[in-house]
This record gives sequence, structure tokens and C-alpha cells, in this order.
Amino acid sequence: MTPFDYTRAEGSAAAVKQVSGSAKATFLGGGTCLIDLMKLHVENHDLLVDITPLPLDRIEATAGGGVRIGANVRNSELAHDATIYKNYPALSEALLSGASPQLRNMATVGGNLMQRTRCPYFRNGFSPCNKREPKSGCAAKDGYNRSHAVLGVSEHCIATHPSDMCVALIAFDAVVKTHGPKGERAIPITDFHLVPGDTPDRETVLEHGELITAVELPAAPWAMRSHYLKVRDRASYEFALASAAVALEVVDGVIKTARVALGGVATKPWRAADAEKSLVGQKPGAPAFAATAEMATKGVAPRQFNGFKVALVRRVIVRALETVAAMK
Amino acid sequence: MPEPRSPLGQPLDRADGVAKVTGRAKYAAEFAPPDLAHAVVVTSTITRGRVTACDTAAAEKSPGVLAVITPRTVPAMKAVPADLLPKGRPPIELRPPLADEKVSHFGQAVAVVVADTFERATAAAARVRVTYQADEPALTLEEAEPTAFEAETFVGREDLKHRRGDVARALAGAAVKLEAVYRTPVEHHNPIEPAATIAEWDGDSLTLHDSSRWVHATRRVAAGVFGLSPEKVRVICPFIGGAFGSKGFTWQQNLLAAAAARHVKRPVKLVLTRQQMFTLAGRRPETKQAVALAATKDGGLTAVRHATMSETSPLADFVEPCGTLSKHLYSCPNVEVTHRVVRLNRSSPVFMRGPGETPGSFALESALDELAVAAGIDPLVLRLKNHADRDEEKDRPWSSKHLKECYRRGDERFGWAKRDPKPRSMRDGNLLVGWGMATAAYPGIRMEARAKVRVTADGRAVAASAAHEIGNGAYTVLAQIAAAALGLPVDRVRFELGDSDLPFAPATGASQTTAAVGSAVTAAAVEAMAKLVKLATTDKASPLFGIAVDQLAAREGKLVSRADGAKADAFSDILRRAKLKGVEADATAAPGEEKEKFSFLSTGAQFVEVKIDPDLPRVRVTRVVGVYDPGAVLNPKTARSQMLGGILMGLGAALLEETVYDGRGLVVNPDLADYRLPVHADTSDIDVSFVNEPDRHFNPVGARGLGELGISGIGAAVANAVFHATGKRIRDLPITPEKLL
Ligand SMILES: Cc1cc2nc3c(=O)[nH]c(=O)nc-3n(C[C@H](O)[C@H](O)[C@H](O)COP(=O)(O)OP(=O)(O)OC[C@H]3O[C@@H](n4cnc5c(N)ncnc54)[C@H](O)[C@@H]3O)c2cc1C
Repeated sequence: MTPFDYTRAEGSAAAVKQVSGSAKATFLGGGTCLIDLMKLHVENHDLLVDITPLPLDRIEATAGGGVRIGANVRNSELAHDATIYKNYPALSEALLSGASPQLRNMATVGGNLMQRTRCPYFRNGFSPCNKREPKSGCAAKDGYNRSHAVLGVSEHCIATHPSDMCVALIAFDAVVKTHGPKGERAIPITDFHLVPGDTPDRETVLEHGELITAVELPAAPWAMRSHYLKVRDRASYEFALASAAVALEVVDGVIKTARVALGGVATKPWRAADAEKSLVGQKPGAPAFAATAEMATKGVAPRQFNGFKVALVRRVIVRALETVAAMK
Repeated sequence: MPEPRSPLGQPLDRADGVAKVTGRAKYAAEFAPPDLAHAVVVTSTITRGRVTACDTAAAEKSPGVLAVITPRTVPAMKAVPADLLPKGRPPIELRPPLADEKVSHFGQAVAVVVADTFERATAAAARVRVTYQADEPALTLEEAEPTAFEAETFVGREDLKHRRGDVARALAGAAVKLEAVYRTPVEHHNPIEPAATIAEWDGDSLTLHDSSRWVHATRRVAAGVFGLSPEKVRVICPFIGGAFGSKGFTWQQNLLAAAAARHVKRPVKLVLTRQQMFTLAGRRPETKQAVALAATKDGGLTAVRHATMSETSPLADFVEPCGTLSKHLYSCPNVEVTHRVVRLNRSSPVFMRGPGETPGSFALESALDELAVAAGIDPLVLRLKNHADRDEEKDRPWSSKHLKECYRRGDERFGWAKRDPKPRSMRDGNLLVGWGMATAAYPGIRMEARAKVRVTADGRAVAASAAHEIGNGAYTVLAQIAAAALGLPVDRVRFELGDSDLPFAPATGASQTTAAVGSAVTAAAVEAMAKLVKLATTDKASPLFGIAVDQLAAREGKLVSRADGAKADAFSDILRRAKLKGVEADATAAPGEEKEKFSFLSTGAQFVEVKIDPDLPRVRVTRVVGVYDPGAVLNPKTARSQMLGGILMGLGAALLEETVYDGRGLVVNPDLADYRLPVHADTSDIDVSFVNEPDRHFNPVGARGLGELGISGIGAAVANAVFHATGKRIRDLPITPEKLL
């Protein structure tokens, strides 16, 4: 770690001003991602503005029947919130499948949205990595890429977006609320994260110094029948090899609404919109689910060590849909 | 009056348990001498080549920096002494750290930064700019095979070449035959405490607080490297936060800390980072093992061939002795065991729990399972049929062996009889169920050790030896042994260890601490008791005056007449009347002629149940039954913990653990998120039991030791269960989901 200054935020506006005023300042949430990367010298900041004192820690109902989640709500608190647990169960499951209890107790919603990839070449601090050091190359493409993405990749970056929470949020059409140097914004989460393209260092649409204040989930009665399924090597405490957040609304034996979002296999939280559309109007069951899984993995670009993810994520999609279809 | 229960065999709590859970137990990095400076190692980012420039200017100007030490400025160090073992060259790097600018593996130490705080040292270390000339590295076993050399012995102790009968002929004419290649990856010990040293010079005396599991060897190394007489060096290590084969002899951090302390003339602390634990602290080498078995139609083994290839670094000579068990675990007239080694540009490997036995039993016990399938015989029946009643390698009897009893009890506890041998035949709902088993074995090893025992006038005793508390329960069990030999309640005996000023003890390794040090403790206690007996029986004021030695027993802190229990004299009274504060004795214990008469082997039977979702094929181990024969079990509680730890580590090796080197030779998973050890959710119902028959030929307490027995055979038992569940034979560990898709 290089030495840095630390200050506690005294209001959102002041925090935004402090961070946007200096290229080497940033927000500090629970610190579980940021401090780790600073210890590895992957990120170096002169100033950390601790935003956890800000009153952004509430989970409240919105007028439209949805939920507003403050950016500082801890991952564990959100996972165990009664409304979330009942109305958006895949979000609870996604959160609880992530990290460890200790980490979830520290990690915030804002920090989780902004967490960075686990690509070993990004994290080691010296290998060529376009994300860490633009135009330096990508060591992962021809390196050890078992954990890497097969969807949304580019010639410049194949790093996986690691979040579980975001996969559920994207299935539920969440909206990210921000407060930036230019005022407030509401960003649909599908637009929030960016695929790498030729600027893998740009991971979200946030501007420097723009603060996430909340995440809103619109009312979605069908979300009660949702499920998050995550496959990894060990039983707990590991990022996804492949995961899916799915939801089904079935009316009169026919699918009316479907959601299929993927984790562990893509460069950003991945919404398989075409696959969802293909389900609408179909009878829930093995043939429809298999076709959907096929469609969700169209355009995959596997590398030497991650080819298995294609078959694996298809099976994850099918199993998750079967599970939801069987829910009362 | 009933005999008080001997402290041996009691399931006592750990003597150091409270100190550990309350944080009072002090580990190497937790000592805080005044004026302590902090060192951070800078490591190479290439795999082979040389450092062409090391720009230290920015680091030197960094706040708080005391020195940046490179091969050009490092204080003089001689080679590590080559005579640390009774026989053979030690399997470690003899080149002192920073000796030259050659780079032979990724993550090698190329500089050390010393500053007044750890944070400032770390910040400055990131500012050291190293330029390299990179050369083509050797990265895979296959690539390096043409340069392989044959290994003759394992640390001078065990023959690695063995041939009896005619394997080729037996294979050629076999009714049932199996030939297969098994592979195991590089694994790292990953103790929770990283390697750590605090070095402090006082003139030409050096004190090291070091995470060393062989303080006497570390002292000799430091003395040799810095040109001091050994009395000038003291190595202190009251607790070790796990080692599993690392932290023996010397590793670079202790010599670098001492060099840095000499350079900056202040005490220096150096703790490896987790990432550095993957390149500077040893590892288990990768292995590739070709096994051939031949048998008669009814499963009688007629040939065993086990040819191992493992790898070592350019800087050390280590061989993974995979074939040692194959020489004698089963009865077989034709056996051929060989070991070859190649050099790769990786960091130096070393012992890791069950060196040889762990990967070797994966190959041998998987092959046996494959043979059982080929011959249509139950795997347990096959093992019973080929049970070795004597050591056919050395042609002599076992000192004590109850493996058949382990099989029998394991069979019963697990319910093996209900197994349907057909793969994919057993189900739990949608899940495939697999049952597999394997034999566990680890030799009984015991080296020379010395201990002292002092009985004091307050009716207590202190026993001591330079042994180590590595999490194994040494403080507890060695105190039990002393208490038993002294006839004292165990809570009146304290054990001291972890200090090179104490009498010599061997490395805490080869599962021998209880056997080796325990024997010395017993011998010293017997001598101390003889002194007490002499005082009592020659003292007219003693009720025991004139009684013959063999008529006396010691119990509950008293000497007692065997003939007349009312005649007793408390230790404290004996000493008070003699106006002595205590009596003390020391003694050495070493193996004797029994070594030539018998072979010593701890054995066990491992049974494993797995459940596998056929679509999402993660292997879940739902049940383990292990029954073991390690000789006498002196403390069932700490013994069980040892076995549990071994089994869990075995499950990790079977399903999760693998250090990955990429096509450039970089370690790509050097942390505990990406190097996967089993977590609680990966564990299950683990049933551990012991036959508990003392091995009186081995040592006075009859215990062969059990630290490495539990891991042996687990890899194969899991792989065999996976085959039974899925019909897929996985011959390379770990068994990750993609191998079963
Ligand atoms: C060992 C380990 C295992 C893990 N396993 C998993 C897993 O299985 N699944 C999973 O999903 N995650 C996992 N994680 C990641 C974990 O979820 C994230 O580290 C955590 O969510 C980050 O939240 P935080 O509050 O600690 O963020 P911080 O570390 O404080 O911040 C992360 C980033 O977000 C920025 N930031 C924080 N808050 C805001 C805000 N309000 N507005 C704008 N920017 C902000 C920071 O500036 C920083 O760039 C794991 C982490 C570790 C260390």
C-alpha cells in the first residue's frame, strides 16, 4: 500500500466534491475490494473518502410498489431483509452465495456494484493488462483463463465481472441512482456496466466522483418466483464458475414473463434478453429450457481453459428454470 | 486403593488451548523488541534469466526507508551447511538469498527493503524498479523429461530404487493387468501463519524469533551462513501456526531478516506475504506416476511397478518419494519402484504432509481399485487378499500391524457390505452416490532426541526439549508422557519447547515428535526418578528407608512401597529433607537394534461416500470413515484432531487444491480465494477411530505417531468413490467439475 489520506464524508454533496476534485481520490465503502487492491498496488489513491457515515443505509418501499435500497446497505442486511427475501428471493440467494459472512457484513451495495474483476493478471500488478494499464495488452487471452468470460469479451479483455448480486439486480431491471458533479441521474442497470470493447479500463458509465446513492427495484410480482443458482468448485466462499438468476411468470400453463441473467461467464452482469423472449408463450419444460440455454450462449468465445463454462452455464440455466417452474 | 489412572490415553484438553484462543500464545511475528524495523521482500516477475538493473533510488528516498538491500549490498553470507542430516544433502536451497543476480523462478527474492514501519517498507518496495534479461524457462514435466535424473534415496533415509522378482515377466503372463498414469499437481502448505522472523543482533550474537519447526537446525544454518559458532545463535519459537512440511531447516525469510538486521543495525521483522508463501516457502512438487499391476484371476498380486517422475527447482534437490509404499504395502513377489526427477523453473519444493505417501497412495490405491474392477473383485476383498503379513521389501516382520482390524472395523462402521459394485447404481434422489475405499499407511519414524526433566520441591515438574508446538498438541502430549513416567498428575507438569537453548530435538516432521521426543522425556524422567528414589531410600527419616528400588512405585507425586501402600514419601518431602530445590536429569533416546529386527508401519482404512449431481457435477463428500493403527493413542482428543486435519487436507487435494503455473511460469492463484482449501461447507460427517494397540518394539510409550497417516489414501478413496458414482475414472487431481461434465 502507498500512504494515503482518509476522511469521513460529511454529506453526499461534500463527498462528491472531494472525490471529483482530485483524480487520485475515491470513495470508500466497506473496503473489502478497494483495500485489497490497494494492498496489491493495483489501485493507488491519495485520498479515501469514507462514505459509510452517509445516511444511505435504508431499505424502503417506493410509491410504485418497488424497493429502494440505500448504497450503504450491507450485503448481509440486504440478503436477510424480509421484503427482499419474500419478493425478490433470487437477490437474497445471490448475496448469500457470495463471499463469506464476514465480508458480507462489511460489503455495501454500492461497493458490490463497483467491485472489480478477479482476473489474476489484473490483480498481480505487473502482467500486461489493458484494464489496469490501458494499451499494455492482455495476458489472460493466452494465459491461464479458466475463470474468464466467454460472453461479452473483446480482443482487449476477457475478464469476468465477479458479482453475484448484480446478476440478480439485472434480472429485476434495477435502476442505479447517482449523485454526481453534474447532478443526479437514474441509470438502468443494463446500461450501468460496460463490456470491455477497446476500453476495458472503463467498467461503468459513472464519472469520476459520481456517487451511487441507491438502487431501486421496480415492482415485479413475478420476481417472487425467482432463483439464483451458482456453481463453483468448493461448496462456499468462491466466485462463480457459472451462475444464473432466473424468474418465470406462468399464466394458464404458458410463460408470460421470463428472466435469464448470467454470472461468472461474462464481462459484465449478463442479461440474456433474446433467450428470455424465446421463452414467452412457451410451455415451461425441458424442450423450451434447453432451447433457451442454447440461445443464451449464442456468440460465446471460449479460450483454452474456460471452454467447459459453455456447457456448464447451459446446464445451470436449465436447472434454475426447472427449479423456478417447480415452485408453488 | 485403585491405581490412579495413567495420564496416557486420556482425552485431555490442549495445555495451550486457552492461551491460543485468548491470543496470549505468542507467535514469531508477535515479539516486539524495541526499535524494531520492518523488511519487505521484492520478488522477480520473470521465470528465468537475470537482473540487469535494479533501480533503488526512488525506494531509498521513500519516507522511513533505512535500506534497500540487493545482491550488490547484502552482507556476506556463506552457503547453508550441507550436513544438517545424518545422511545425504538436505533437500533445500543451499544458496543463501540474494547471492547473485540470477533468476531461476517466478517470485524469487531480488531485493529487500527495510523501513521504520511495515507500511512504509511496503510502499517503498513497490518503487523498486527491476529490469531483467529473460531466458527461456523449463515449465513442464514433458518438456524437461529428456534431462530427467534418477533419485536413489529420500533424504538418505529411504531407498527410492527397489527391484525384486521379475515384473516384466509377471506382467506379460498376467491373467488380469492394469497400466495407467496418474498425475498430481503442485500444492502449497498454506499454513495460516505465514513464514515469519524477527532477527536481533547483539554484537556477534544473533537471536531469531522464527516460525521454525526445527530450531536446532535453524540455529546451525544461521551460524554457518553468518560464520558464527552455534552458541552465538538462539532460535525461539514457542508456537507455530501450522507448517505441514514448510518452515523446516531454513527458508529465505530467516536469513534475509538476519542479514537486514545486520545491515541496518536494528532488530528487523520479516513476514512473507500470502503471495510470497507461494514462491518462497516450499511446496509439494507435481508428479506423474506410471503404475502397472498384474494379478491372478482371483486377485492375487503378481506384479507392482511404480515409476514416478517429479520435479524440483534449479536451486534445490527434492524428490517426491511416491513409490515408497508400493515396495511393501501389499504382498507381491515381483516389484519395481523407480523415481526420476526433472528441474523446472519453479520455486523449490519440499516436504508436504505425507511426502510421497499422499500422491503415491493416490496412484497405487486408484490402480488397485481399477484392478478390482478389472478382476470383478470387491476392492476391500482385494486388499485383504494381498495383505502383507511381513515386510517383503526388507524381509522382516512388522513390529505391530493391525491393518486387517482397521479394514474390519471400517467395513462395519461404513456399511460397506451394502455397496452395489456397479458404477452409477446407487442414488439418493437425483444424486449419484459413490462409495470408495483405500488403504492408508505411513512409516513409523523416530530419530535421536534429548530431553531434560526437573522435579521441584513444590511437588511439580518441568520437562523440556527443543521440540515444537505446531498445532499437533506437543505441549499436551509430551507433558502427559512426562507425568506418566514421573507418577505425577498431568496438571503438575509443564512442558517447555521451541528454544534452541533446550536439549536437541529433531524436526517436527515425519510424524515423530511424540515417538522421538516422548522417548527422551521418558528416559530423562526415569533418571530423575532414580535420583529421588536414591534420596528417599538412603534417608533414615524416610518411611521408605532401605526399601529396594524395585519395590517402589511413583504415583500422585509420591513414592510408594509396592508391598505396603501406607509407606509413602511425597516428592516434596523428599526434596525438602534433602534441602534441595529439585532434582534434574537429562537423557538421550535413540532407536536401537529393533531398527534392524522390525519394520514399522502405521496403517489404516479410509472409506468415503460422495454424492454428485449428474448435471452439475460437483463432488460432495458426504461421509468419511477412517480407522487407524498408529500404535498407542496417547490422547484421543488431539489424535482425533490430527486425523481430521489429515482427512480434510486429503479432501482438499482430491477435489480442490492446485497451484497453477501459466504458460509463462507465473503462479496465477497465489491467495486463499483462488487457491481453494476446503471450507466448513465442504466437510461432512467424519468418523475417526483407532485400534489403539501399543507398539512396544518401537518405543517405551508404544506410539508410532499419526500426523501424516490421515491424509494418506484419501485422494484415492475419493477418486474411487467418484468412479463408483459416475463410471468415470479420474487419474489427475484435483477432480474439478469440468473433468466430470
Ligand atoms: C475473498 C473474497 C471473496 C469474495 N467472494 C465474492 C463472491 O463470491 N461473490 C461476489 O459477488 N463477491 C465476492 N466478493 C466481493 C465482494 O462482494 C466485494 O468486495 C464487495 O461487495 C465490495 O463492497 P465494499 O463496500 O467493500 O466496496 P469497497 O471495497 O469499499 O469499494 C469497491 C469500489 O466501489 C467504489 N464504491 C463504493 N461505494 C460506492 C458508492 N456508493 N458510489 C460509487 N462508488 C462506490 C469504491 O470507490 C471502490 O472503487 C469477494 C471478496 C473477497 C475479498
